[in-house]
Amino acid sequence: MTNTKAPSRKGAKGEGRGLTIFFFLKAIGMALSQIWANKTRSFLTALGIIVGVASVTAVIAALTGLKAKVLSEFESVGAARLYVFPNRPDNVPRAKFPWEKCRLKVSEAQAIMDQCPSIKGISPIVDLPMSVESDTELIDGMTVNGIWPAWHDAVGRKVMRGRPFSQIDIDTARQVALVNEAAVTELKIDTDGNGGLGEHILLGGRRFLVVGVVETTQARMLGMNSSEAEIFIPFSVAEKLLDGWYFMQFAAIATSPETAEEAKAEVEYVMRRQRGLQPDDPDTFRVAALDQYINQFKSLASGVTAIAGGIVGISLLVGGIGIMNIMLVSVSERTREIGLRKAVGATSAAILLQFLLEAVTLTVLGGIAGLVIGKLMAVSLTYIPGANLEQADVPAWAVILSIVFSAGVGVAFGMFPAYKASRLDPIEALRHE
Amino acid sequence: MSESIIQLRGIAKVYRVGVETIHALRGVDLDIGRNEMVAIMGSSGSGKSTLMNMLGCLDRPSSGEYTLGGRLVSAMKSDELALIRNEEIGFVFQSFELLARQSALENVELPLMYSSTAGGFRARRERALSALQRVGLGDRVDHRPNQLSGGQKQRVAIARAILNNPKILMADEPTGNLDSATTAEILALFTRIYREGQTIIIVTHENDVAAHCQRVVRLRDGRILSDLSAEEDFEVSPYVEEARATQRRRADAEEAAA
Ligand SMILES: Nc1ncnc2c1ncn2[C@@H]1O[C@H](COP(=O)(O)OP(=O)(O)OP(=O)(O)O)[C@@H](O)[C@H]1O
Ligand SMILES: [Mg+2]
Repeated sequence: MTNTKAPSRKGAKGEGRGLTIFFFLKAIGMALSQIWANKTRSFLTALGIIVGVASVTAVIAALTGLKAKVLSEFESVGAARLYVFPNRPDNVPRAKFPWEKCRLKVSEAQAIMDQCPSIKGISPIVDLPMSVESDTELIDGMTVNGIWPAWHDAVGRKVMRGRPFSQIDIDTARQVALVNEAAVTELKIDTDGNGGLGEHILLGGRRFLVVGVVETTQARMLGMNSSEAEIFIPFSVAEKLLDGWYFMQFAAIATSPETAEEAKAEVEYVMRRQRGLQPDDPDTFRVAALDQYINQFKSLASGVTAIAGGIVGISLLVGGIGIMNIMLVSVSERTREIGLRKAVGATSAAILLQFLLEAVTLTVLGGIAGLVIGKLMAVSLTYIPGANLEQADVPAWAVILSIVFSAGVGVAFGMFPAYKASRLDPIEALRHE
Repeated sequence: MSESIIQLRGIAKVYRVGVETIHALRGVDLDIGRNEMVAIMGSSGSGKSTLMNMLGCLDRPSSGEYTLGGRLVSAMKSDELALIRNEEIGFVFQSFELLARQSALENVELPLMYSSTAGGFRARRERALSALQRVGLGDRVDHRPNQLSGGQKQRVAIARAILNNPKILMADEPTGNLDSATTAEILALFTRIYREGQTIIIVTHENDVAAHCQRVVRLRDGRILSDLSAEEDFEVSPYVEEARATQRRRADAEEAAA
């Protein structure tokens, strides 16, 4: 396109006409000098875009960090875990599936254990509200859980001190209990420096021997607050204390994270068979796998990302209107200049492009400034203690997207002013003022 | 008038302002040859600027034909006209029209921004530099317009206009904003460029400015009133002798200096 040899204009008339790299370099250079010459004005104009990009960058960084954290925690917990809950189906007559038919039974847990090859362990968990008494303390209405020994495996919480329930405990329904650290503290049973082991507590008036202390938590999960006092007793003991109404769920673990999906299908199949459900009957229970929670979290995260995107959209819109305004001012201030440029040979297209480039330069600079601020915010997020944002970072796609969006705003909102400039009549423009 | 570079045939320009119709030009026939220096004169509103804009391809006639260098520009589209303006026409304005934030060199380079045939970086820069040297501002390359005198500003503008070796150099009252000493300086510059072979058309109200030209075209009410040599023109002729003398003195002085 550039004819370096001979600037003789004779051979080149009409042909080879177009905008060269020199045009773009000059136009961007002029845009920068224009921005520099009106520093304050340019800054204020770009502020909307700076703030928009900065805030969305920070939000995305925070989400990215949170996601990385949560997913790694989920993974450490293991994606092999399953839970079974009673569940009354919607949209069916109550009479057909009364609560009694929906709630879980121990026999079902046993059936799952026996018939599902992909299930490594399962434990029913039954909740018993009881009053708990130690020598000095009384706590009313505390939840005591009846469990099988496989519970430790199924939920991933080991016994730290003492021992888990033995088969003899189960078979003979011994009145033994496991507690967590919070329960030891709340009940003040650590009297002899033994960490509560060997102490007796009264559950609903019956004497239980504390045989072990379980981990307070394996990993903190969203919404699962494990910091409160917990007491566990053998399921066989709990079973005797059950009255008519109780709530039971199953915790199970698949043989490996890879078989979790299969395990879930097996559990569903066995459950339906146990309950004698017909093919077109709905499930009267619900099997939840951890990867389901992961997916839920992921969709929550993308929901928040979308909302953040909406916010940035609005701020870019506001910023864009500012850009349009300032570009209109610029065009009217520089009417004579536009006239001159046309007089020395600028086509309408060249003028249009030149003013578009100016708007885009401004918005992209704003976008870059916003990214830098957003990155700084992301870095400072990682220092907030307990916010779980140590891994907050601005992903590459967010950088690219921010720049592309900023440029897009420049084009969209610079178009009208640039078009106006390109349509100016050179004679009129030169006579302006 | 061996080879006419400009041919106007029945050029008319009509403006409509509301219900009023203004005939700025009413059938102008004009031929201008290569390397002529022509003054266009006439009272205010006679159509000088309108004719200038037409000749400079900034405007198209309402009717009539304009042939520039053998090509019918009156039939061209606006992008083609922009190309003609870029490559074949140089404009000098009464109020210089320099970009305030750009250096003299950058101002001179401006037309190259819109050219695709101006070569690479160095070629562009050298061309602008040599244009500045031609107008005697080789030592003011990096000055901003506000660091230049009125005469120097107009020199920068002239350098910008002659950058592309245009077929015609057009100036609409180029000395209108200058004092008499600076006017003389600018006219001397025009004369020198003319001697180098440039075709020049100057719009002016001043008889002593017109006296520097060879030919004086007078307009009245959108028509050509007279088209005479400077010596023949009744009003301009008294100034011709002095103009020629000044030019000779300048030429001698420049020769001596060189
Ligand atoms: N854009 C326009 N719209 C309407 N009328 C116009 C326009 N441009 C010029 N005219 C009219 O055309 C006529 C010629 O104007 P022109 O500018 O060519 O005069 P001029 O000879 O250059 O005058 P001056 O010496 O004052 O510059 C005038 O009557 C003017 O009012
Ligand atoms: Mg005029």
